[in-house]
This record gives sequence, structure tokens and C-alpha cells, in this order.
Amino acid sequence: MNNREVIISTRLRLARNLKNYPFPCRMTPEQAQQVAKKVKEAVLDGGSVLANRFKYIDMAELTQEQAVSLVEKHLISPEFISEAPGRGLLLLDDETVSIMINEEDHIRLQVIMDGLDLNKAYDIANKLDTMLDETLSLAFNDKLGYLTQCPTNLGTGMRASVMMHLPALQEAHAMGRIAENLSKLGLTLRGTYGEGSEPKCAMYQLSNQVTLGISEQTAIDNLKNIALQLSSQEKSSRESLVQNIKTRDAISRSFGILRYARLISNDESMRLLSNLRLGAAEGVIKKIPLEEIDKLIRETQPATLMSNAGKRLTPAERDSARAEMISKALSKYAV
Amino acid sequence: MLCQSCQKKQATTHIKSVVNGEVTEYNLCPECAKKMGYGNIFADFSTDFSSLLGSIFGVGQQQVLPDAKRCPECGSTFADIARNGKVGCASCYDVFYDRLLPTIRRIHGNTEHIGKAASSADESVRIKNEAEELKQQLQQAIDEQEFEKAAQLRDRIKELEGKQ
Repeated sequence: MNNREVIISTRLRLARNLKNYPFPCRMTPEQAQQVAKKVKEAVLDGGSVLANRFKYIDMAELTQEQAVSLVEKHLISPEFISEAPGRGLLLLDDETVSIMINEEDHIRLQVIMDGLDLNKAYDIANKLDTMLDETLSLAFNDKLGYLTQCPTNLGTGMRASVMMHLPALQEAHAMGRIAENLSKLGLTLRGTYGEGSEPKCAMYQLSNQVTLGISEQTAIDNLKNIALQLSSQEKSSRESLVQNIKTRDAISRSFGILRYARLISNDESMRLLSNLRLGAAEGVIKKIPLEEIDKLIRETQPATLMSNAGKRLTPAERDSARAEMISKALSKYAV
Repeated sequence: MLCQSCQKKQATTHIKSVVNGEVTEYNLCPECAKKMGYGNIFADFSTDFSSLLGSIFGVGQQQVLPDAKRCPECGSTFADIARNGKVGCASCYDVFYDRLLPTIRRIHGNTEHIGKAASSADESVRIKNEAEELKQQLQQAIDEQEFEKAAQLRDRIKELEGKQ
């Protein structure tokens, strides 16, 4: 029961810095290399049960497509791609844990889980952090908590977020009002995949904003509470929405196009996959697992398509490859 | 009205930001607004938090005056920090503590950490933080009427407070 109909994934990250080095904005290239080496060794030789499942990636050695693909999968931030010395990534084999070295802070440790699983995500992050603390001397102030380059992350250095699919609330134009109310509670809600207040695929990220003066557990409990409330609001809005013949028509048409199109742009596929996900979650379209749809949303992003194809593709080639991938995946399911 | 950032040109852009429920307003000239990333009113403010911060550091009573005080570790001045919204190193938080505090309060509504403490933290801080955290959990347990859990938490808090 982790609310897969509405909640797609949980992400939690901790920001940490080494005490004896300046923050990344004032580091020399040599210092950046030293930090990268220390963090890499602390993780790979730290005696964690996960240690031998981590792979170290030097960001300078990736192709542009490989790097952007990591952004599309939310494993690294868009900012992390820009050229800077000493940037490295430690990635767990199943891609649930990623550690960015020398991003905005020396260490950005992130855990991604399917569905709503904040406690497990924190548990994993917390254990890795404790392990890092054993070998690295971390920047910590008795009053301000963990010290970070940007004061917005001071304290716990923890940012937790829940990715939610909210097509019914978006359809009701409720997002602006909800976002406003959430900001009073120290939470933010913003669209993922593309700019604008109403993203094409109705995917939103709910995250905590305040990190100082509120413990990890309390911040997680608050976020979980609100995510569940939003989720039940979304579910009750969906009930009437999917009774509407126009919605059912849009869902079935989306399946038709996704199943048989030969060329499909990212914008169109995102919009239609969102409709399909709504239909599959609410039983309008049966038998398509939500995991399969979420995987299609992830893997049909432009750079991920190219990274998996192992070569650069023109926009038309991408649209063709995307249509082929979706069509193949959906061919197993008759509606 | 003059631009609050450069104090030279006429302010034409009015920025109202709500951080953690607290409203901050300032007036900027087109050049400064553009520099801080407000050139396009549809630009997503939240993704460019550092420039927003840079301007928060610089307004009102927190005027950035040219001064020579530098962080002995990384060489940052307070003006450097205010300009790009980034703190230079861990020591900067000690050196410029008093000047950073109003901004920190504005962002978080708090100035004291509660939660996990690094192993380098003082023993008393670790005990205090754990007790604070348990108190938050205690309140929650009471709100949810989980009295058995509440009793356990209360005993643990007493034990920790005895150590202080």
C-alpha cells in the first residue's frame, strides 16, 4: 500500500561538506580532486554492505547524451553536467543511490525509491551518512547543524521529495491554490518535466523547504502526511473525472495513438502517457502495470533514448525510436 | 524610487517573494533585475535561489558596506557571500555568524538545528538534539493518542535530560 496510483517515487538527499576544504564555489581544481578522492575512498573502502555495488563515474569522461540521461533519470542535477574540475558520481548498481561529488556541496547523497517510502529512503541515506562520518571530518556547527554552501540547506541538509501524478487536480485547475497553501507549511510543489505551472504529464514534485530547526523525522512525517492528503484529494477528484465519457474517450484514444503511431514527439508522448497512466490506475484501461508506464515515461526522454541507442539521433530518428519503443511495450496489452 | 540593489537607477521592477511564508519585497532597476535573474517575469524564481539570496543579503538593514574583514580560511568577505549567495567555507559561518543570522532566520524561521548531529559535535549537543527530536515525536504521539509510545518517549527524554 504505497499509493502507486498517485505517487510515483520518493527521493531524499543529504547535503554534506568536508570541514577542512572550502565549499565548491571557492575550491581550487587541486582541492576538488582531493575531495573527490577522499569521498570516493570513504564510500568504496568504508565497509558498507553496499560498497562493492557502487561504481565511480568521472563526469568528465561521459558523453553529453550519457550525462543528460542521468539528469532525465533524476540521478544527478542539471547543474552537475556543466564543466567543473573534480566532479564525480558514485552510483549504486540498481541506480537507487547516487552520490554527487563537488556539486553545490562536496557531497550530495541521494536515495530514490518507488512509490511512497520516505522512511526507508532516510534509513538508507542515514546509514551511508554515518559511514561517511566515520572516515571524513564533516562540517558541522553546534547551533546551525550541517554546514552547506547555500544557507537554504543548513541544519539537517535534508531535502525529501515525492513525485506525484496529479492529472485530476490539474484538470480542476487546483494546482496554484494548493501550492500557495503548501508554502505556508514549509513545503513546495512544482512541476517536473518541463517548465510552466501545468506540466504536460501532470507530474509534480512535493518537497520540504525548511531544513533548520526541524528534525529529519518530523520533516519526513510532515511530508508524508501532506503527500497522503494530496493523494486522497487526487483520488476523489479522479472518481468523477473518469466517469466522464470525454475523459474515457481521451484515455482510449491515447492508447490507440501510443500503440500505433510511427512517429511521436516527447511532448505528445508525455501527454498521452499521462492519460494512459490515469486510465490504468483507475481501471478504465485494464492490465497495464503502472510500473511499465512509469518506465516508458523515463526511457523515452530524448537523451535517455540516445544513451540507450549508443549514438546521437536526429529529432526525427528519436521520434521514430520513441514510437517504436512505446508501441512494442504496449503490444502485449489489448484494450 | 531608486533601485535597492545599485542605488543609482530608477526602480521599475517590483519583486515580491514568499519564503517560508514570510513576504519580502524589493524594487529593482531593469539592469539589476536582469542580473538577478528576474529579467523575464515568467522565469522560475525557485530554480535560481542563489541570486534571490544574494539580493536578500543586500537589502534593508543588511546593507553591504565595503569592509576588509575576511574569513581566514577561504578569504571570503561578507560582500562576496552577499553577492553570489554562496558561503565560502565552514569557517565563514563562525566569522560572519552575526551577519548571516538574520538571513538564516528569514529562510528557515529558525536559527537552531534539531536533528542528527555529526560525530564531531559536542556530546552535550548530541544529547540535546536527540532530546529535542524525541520531544517532537512525543508531541506527535500525544496528538495521535498513542499513549504507550508517549510514555516510553517521556522516559527516554527524562533519562537524556538527566545527563545534561
